[in-house]
Amino acid sequence: MKVKVLFFATLREQLGRSQEDVELPKEIDSVEKLRTFLLARGGGYEKIFSGKFLVRAAVNQDMVQPGAPIKAGDEVAFFPPVTGG
Amino acid sequence: MKIAVQRDDFDVGSEIKSISKNSKIGAIASFVGVVREVAMTLEHYPGMTEKSLEKITREALSRWQVMDCTVIHRFGELQPGDQIVMVAVASAHRGDAFAACEFIMDYLKTRAPFWKKEAAGWVEARVTDDQAAERWK
Repeated sequence: MKVKVLFFATLREQLGRSQEDVELPKEIDSVEKLRTFLLARGGGYEKIFSGKFLVRAAVNQDMVQPGAPIKAGDEVAFFPPVTGG
Repeated sequence: MKIAVQRDDFDVGSEIKSISKNSKIGAIASFVGVVREVAMTLEHYPGMTEKSLEKITREALSRWQVMDCTVIHRFGELQPGDQIVMVAVASAHRGDAFAACEFIMDYLKTRAPFWKKEAAGWVEARVTDDQAAERWK
């Protein structure tokens, strides 16, 4: 299945891209599994997902916990804790 | 109700004047956030930002008697002294107006997808902001 993955702020800069479409095996069905799947690609993903940065996530523009499910066509975003206001 | 995410500055006076003219409104509380000391760039997540601000505002409407409210948040490059955010809440009495205004700001700080970057780097989230949001639970 395919999902759209977005990156913001320091994660976007470290990775060097703001979004991509990712083709996933069907067992990758949660935000946490997606993070682990991308981390295994190494390079920039290792930089942002290996624990050095605090990472928050949203699915279809709603903030979620790591265990949240994902399905084909979802928009999944990874970003640091927010600092607006 | 008005929610706006914009690059441009806003005029607090005219925003407050344009809050609805309901004869039951007896109090309007407002808050304005301003850039302190150093210039910054504010990045946000278009789409989710508006959605999260709507959600926060709806939550305020369910907790307090609110007759109208305005939330405006800027993004892009901002200089010291520039306005970043405003929240104005209209209610029958000041208690609800103050509380809802503070609630919206506290929730916005921890839930709306904005990120500040200064010349020294990305601003880190503060634990005190999480604590401020927690006390409304």
